[in-house]
Amino acid sequence: MHVSTPSVLTVTELTTRIRSALEKTFPETWVEGEVSNLRKPSSGHLYFTLKDQTSQIRVVLFRGIAQHLRFDVEDGQQVIVRGRLTVYDPRGEYQIILESLEPKGIGVLQIAFEQLYAKFEQEGLFEQERKRQLPLLPKVVGLVTSTSGAAIHDMLTIFQRRCPVIHIVISPVQVQGDRASVQIAEAIRALNEEGRVEVIVVGRGGGSMEDLWCFNEELVVRAIVESKIPVVSAVGHETDFTLADFAADHRSPTPSAAAEAVSPVLGELIEMVMIHHNRLVRAIQGEVRLLRHRVMGARRAIPDPLLWLSRSVQHVDDLDRRLRRALQTLPAMLRHQVLILQSEVNRLSPRSKIQQKLVLMSQWFQRMTKGIQGTLVIKQHHIVSKSEALQNLSPLSILSRGYSILETVHDGHVIRHTQDVNPGDTLRARVASGQIYCVVEKVEPGP
Amino acid sequence: MAAVKFEEALARLETIVTELETGNLSLNDSLKIFEEGIKLSKTCLKMLDDADRKVELMVQDKEGKKQLQAFTLDHDSDRGT
Repeated sequence: MHVSTPSVLTVTELTTRIRSALEKTFPETWVEGEVSNLRKPSSGHLYFTLKDQTSQIRVVLFRGIAQHLRFDVEDGQQVIVRGRLTVYDPRGEYQIILESLEPKGIGVLQIAFEQLYAKFEQEGLFEQERKRQLPLLPKVVGLVTSTSGAAIHDMLTIFQRRCPVIHIVISPVQVQGDRASVQIAEAIRALNEEGRVEVIVVGRGGGSMEDLWCFNEELVVRAIVESKIPVVSAVGHETDFTLADFAADHRSPTPSAAAEAVSPVLGELIEMVMIHHNRLVRAIQGEVRLLRHRVMGARRAIPDPLLWLSRSVQHVDDLDRRLRRALQTLPAMLRHQVLILQSEVNRLSPRSKIQQKLVLMSQWFQRMTKGIQGTLVIKQHHIVSKSEALQNLSPLSILSRGYSILETVHDGHVIRHTQDVNPGDTLRARVASGQIYCVVEKVEPGP
Repeated sequence: MAAVKFEEALARLETIVTELETGNLSLNDSLKIFEEGIKLSKTCLKMLDDADRKVELMVQDKEGKKQLQAFTLDHDSDRGT
């Protein structure tokens, strides 16, 4: 039996053989699995492990490819990778060096969109408070779009139809492809610098997600956010949403809608102004009418000026007359002295004292008369009763009882004694009903 | 015409109309703002009758400076030249 010596290899020789065997057998391999143990060192290369339920394999993604990925690789992502199998000699480990990497299930653009959306939202770029109002009637509108295609045609037609006084400045750009995002961002800045533009429309007509992709790119989003002028996005159709839409001050579903959003209907504006104009005129007319009424009313309230004037003139005449008379009567010096004297007299005058006394007197007088009147009343009663008594004592009433009084005729002397008469005297006898004249025949003295 | 914005002019016009319609002003003030209102409505109407309206294309010359040139739709697809 021939026994051959076993050939002994060095580690390096063996590793080299294994590597070439692997590389020959698996030149280009597609593998799907879950990303785990992702490492992103500063070199820019990516390292991770691709695994499924039972196995795992090391993966390397060199910087040159990693930086062109449109989305960020994250642990847990299901991915499909393409690469070649090789051996990392220093460790004796086999690994796949990737040439491409895509998310599994959803498209790469979709995941990129979501990641960028999350990032910008985190930064607050989509906040509602950032949105500015669009001018009602912009004098100048800037358009960032392609000059070929339906979008520009549609927009210009709408501007012409709705509001043909709006000035348009087009900043032409490519709206798809690698250069698009740079151009769009630059165009937005240029229109900001132009000076007259009051609102910018950024957009294009419909297309695939790939076609519209530039409107999701960071350059474009940032240019929209940084624009000093309000920006309206108008990308694709109703159902297309781009990050530019979220960043813009106003999202229009289509370029045509955007043109309508920034252009008022001229006729409506003219009508609005005319309505205000008419209200203005009506208001001032009303005010003037009101004032006229007030003036008329006030005029009626003023007395006839002629009458008033003649009265005043009369009064003035009267005063004048009196003044003249006074001046004529009193020479100036005298008048002065008179005034002094008059005040002196006024000062010394007992008039006020007299006045006081008069008042007192009148009071006393009143009290007095009142007292007197009282007394009088009493006295009157007294007198009445006395006079009745007197009445009874009166000789006349005695006469009525049948007596008579004799008196001399010549002096009415009442005869009381016989010696008061001589025969032949004529006497008067008073009786109740009258007088009787009689002659004395004989005088006989009583016993 | 100064750089007065249409909506600002219109808003001021509205204020004036309301003030005038309320009628709380003196005759002097009324007349003053009435005059201002008439001026504003004329300004507004003038803005709505801009004969100088153009469509322009912004292009770069050889030195990279931006220039404006008239644009018509027939212009199509010869941008950047």
